[in-house]
Amino acid sequence: MARIVGGLGLSHVPSIGPVVDRGRTQEPAWKPLFDAYVPVREWLAKMKPDVAIVVYNDHAADFTFDKYPTFALGVAERYVIGDEGFGTRALPEVTGDAELSTHLAQALIYEHEFDLTLCQKIAVEHGFLVPMNLCFAHGPSGWPVRAIPLQVNVIQHPLPTARRCYRLGQALRAAVETYPEDLKIVVMGTGGMSHQLQGKRFGYMNEKFDQWFLDQLESDPEALARITHQEIMEQAGAEAVELIMWLTMRGAVSPRARRVHRNYYAPMTTGMGLITFEG
Amino acid sequence: MLRPIPDTTIFDLRLSRRGYRLNQLCAALCSPEEREAFKRDEQAFMARFNLTAEEKDLILKRDFQGLIEAGCNIYFLLKIGSATGNGLYRMGAQMRGESYEAFLATRKIRGAV
Repeated sequence: MARIVGGLGLSHVPSIGPVVDRGRTQEPAWKPLFDAYVPVREWLAKMKPDVAIVVYNDHAADFTFDKYPTFALGVAERYVIGDEGFGTRALPEVTGDAELSTHLAQALIYEHEFDLTLCQKIAVEHGFLVPMNLCFAHGPSGWPVRAIPLQVNVIQHPLPTARRCYRLGQALRAAVETYPEDLKIVVMGTGGMSHQLQGKRFGYMNEKFDQWFLDQLESDPEALARITHQEIMEQAGAEAVELIMWLTMRGAVSPRARRVHRNYYAPMTTGMGLITFEG
Repeated sequence: MLRPIPDTTIFDLRLSRRGYRLNQLCAALCSPEEREAFKRDEQAFMARFNLTAEEKDLILKRDFQGLIEAGCNIYFLLKIGSATGNGLYRMGAQMRGESYEAFLATRKIRGAV
């Protein structure tokens, strides 16, 4: 039987990508961020997950407003690296797990009544790749885990509610547990934390909110899932609303999961949070 | 339903419909050939997207807040920023009505760019 062994809430700030590519991770401005991932990488290396399900949002590398799905699941054998307007990063393609994706699609749609958009082709970009970079070292030929993209609409309102995202995580956990193959799976909820990237309020951050969000995510996710988009945007900036994706991760680990790591770094315009759960 | 937030543009479906053609232009910039075409001749590039005169003017003037208010989504607008040498922080400084240097001075760790 497959099972979810861990969950991570983590940043997908785009500037992290070029820092990795250009070997700048030990520069004073970036070291505090990457140092926090040293024990996380050790923890992952010990856990040896077979598959990472990455809950993220695309930033116009692949999805445009012609058609904008609320929830979209990758069901492909592999995912190419997208060009999001700044060139294509020199990263290996991501190997998926089409069999597991197919099972998840069936279980989520038939049993749990989440009507996902199913995608046989997704070009992944920083929303997906930065969390992969932070957690895993890639070689020339690939990544140490297979990965499945789960794209969420967090940019064009109306967005799915925080509670819906949490319920999706719970359904994901149940769906994984009916997959016969003996697989270890981690779920990543990506993005956030506080940030606003437009208007006079550009650059707004709220560490107090971010720390409260981390506390609640750990101790009372059911209550946290009742938070509205309005509350998140008012308190933490309009673009912070993507934190609803962290609730999918929290729903996918056990309610009694143990929190293992936690870190917060906010150097420029975005609160870069990190939290991990086991079990 | 969402309520307005001061100094904030909420990108909802109504705004997305308004900015649809602008966002299509931005999405087209996700290929090296199209970025070159844009840099070579902005007018010719813009002509392909059925923009209004006001929308074209916003692009030509690099009026980023104007573009946001015209329905350009920030993550799409970043493609125009990149093609015109205006990274996120330069765009943000302009939206705040500050110089780039003045904006950077408000940040905790300025090297994290």
